[in-house]
Amino acid sequence: MIDYDSPDFWTDLFEVLLKGTLETLYMTGIATLITILVGLPLGILLVGTEKGAFLERSFGPVWVARTINRVVGFIVNVGRSVPFIILMIALIPLTRLIVGTFVGTTAAIVPLTIIAIPFFARMVEIAVNDVAPGLYETADSLGATKWLLIRRVLLTEGLPAILLGVSTTITSIINFSAMVGVVGGGGLGNVAVTYGFQRYSWIHIVFVVVILFAIVQIVQIVLTRIATRVSHRSSTAVLPKDAELTINPAQGVAT
Amino acid sequence: MIELRNLRKTYGHGPAAVRALDDVSISVPAGEIFGVVGRSGAGKSTLLRTVNVLERPDSGTVTLDGTQMTGLEGGALRQARRSVGMVFQHFNLLANRSIQQNVEFALEAARVPRGKRASQAAEMLDLVGLKDRGGAYPAQLSGGQKQRVGIARALAAKPRVLLSDEATSALDPETTESILDLIRSINRELKLTVLLITHEMDVVKRICDSAALMENGAIVEQGELVEVIRTPGSKLAAQLFPLAAPADDEGPTVIDITFAGGTADRPVIARLAREHELDVSILGATVERIAGTQAGRTRLALPVAGEAAAAVVADLRRQGLIVEYLKGGAA
Repeated sequence: MIDYDSPDFWTDLFEVLLKGTLETLYMTGIATLITILVGLPLGILLVGTEKGAFLERSFGPVWVARTINRVVGFIVNVGRSVPFIILMIALIPLTRLIVGTFVGTTAAIVPLTIIAIPFFARMVEIAVNDVAPGLYETADSLGATKWLLIRRVLLTEGLPAILLGVSTTITSIINFSAMVGVVGGGGLGNVAVTYGFQRYSWIHIVFVVVILFAIVQIVQIVLTRIATRVSHRSSTAVLPKDAELTINPAQGVAT
Repeated sequence: MIELRNLRKTYGHGPAAVRALDDVSISVPAGEIFGVVGRSGAGKSTLLRTVNVLERPDSGTVTLDGTQMTGLEGGALRQARRSVGMVFQHFNLLANRSIQQNVEFALEAARVPRGKRASQAAEMLDLVGLKDRGGAYPAQLSGGQKQRVGIARALAAKPRVLLSDEATSALDPETTESILDLIRSINRELKLTVLLITHEMDVVKRICDSAALMENGAIVEQGELVEVIRTPGSKLAAQLFPLAAPADDEGPTVIDITFAGGTADRPVIARLAREHELDVSILGATVERIAGTQAGRTRLALPVAGEAAAAVVADLRRQGLIVEYLKGGAA
């Protein structure tokens, strides 16, 4: 049990929460960065290698692109359908291989990244699919390379939706990072388990909830604002307010 | 300048196959504006896209200024496409980029060095009458202004050929006129060869030098407009002069008289009445400005048939008028 009247209670609480918050931000930050770096090209690859799409002939014969599409699509679907807690356990050998251990904050980044990449790749796919088809033809008519098409057309036109995807992905990673805490991954999830669950300190839980809520809100507000700013589709630049996908931790990702 | 030879293209297989291009050959001389008209689904769009090989024909060749486009692939094709500008019905602008950036995109695609893009793009925007609007975004522009940006973008890499895919079909009549006038003026100033497709005859009348009529993937008629309107039985001419079809109970003979060139101002009908003592009735008449010249067509019902009608027609033809029978008689 926690002694609420102890003179050190508030300083201890502050230190615990600060450490947990920093760990959560660290895990989420690195995982988000890697997720974007891997998921963005993957999402574009998914769209581009579809039948008749712009990368269909970029890998030699058409069957190569079709195969890439099927393989990547399959991996993404598997990644999306395995519940996180199971994925985390299944990935222990890989995590050990990369980080050297499977417990701790850094180790947690591996499963967090791997669950988030397929999710984000699908969001990029949706964003890129939404780019007006006529723009591909226009880029071709101007003699643009595929690389220029991706950079100047797909990424700029898809940017608002991609940013909202990043926002949702970060929210999901924060969500999953709490689960990592249960198995010794550190972060605010760990605070909630060790203080709130094992020692019945409701005050820890309240603070953890408030901090997590604040982080998610800040991420969403900032990214939505940037997305609105880079979108000029209509003169009033309206984006769907609830452009959110939700994740059910038990089932992985649901769109 | 543009040589399309025996182009064929089929979509799909077996009984569901659609023949989009059926042995199409067109030749557009340098500096000319050539219009391809036809209903939607006639194959115009496919035809236009074979010119810069956005659509690759199953067989046949596309030659632009001596370069055989259909023989090119990869980098060489991209290079060649830069000498062909294209404007689209729905403008196809990048919504999240300013119009200056939209034009710069074309220059970037054409490998124009970074330092030169801004000034060249501004120059193009000036040419299309959008000076000082470079910072605006497409959503802030009217349809006509968007198409002007589309034209500026198409011309940015200094092409010698402009392809227009129903460029004015999404615009109101007044804006259409101003865009057509713009295309006409750049055609003259930049010595640009223009191939356009449209379903609007008004576009052809206003700016085209030559036209082709397309039906079911095939060219059914083509030629210079000044010749087309003199050609009896021409389907294109019939569309250029919008006259209502005669009702069944009109007189025994119905004829169309086409006035072109110097014949437009003659008192033909008065003479008919006076010299042949005929009560002709006018079923319809129209005067159009076609390819820069005045031309008209009058549809008359004659109260006579057979020999008498033939005598009248022969007399009219002697006067240099183009006469066609719609009903009765034998041309």
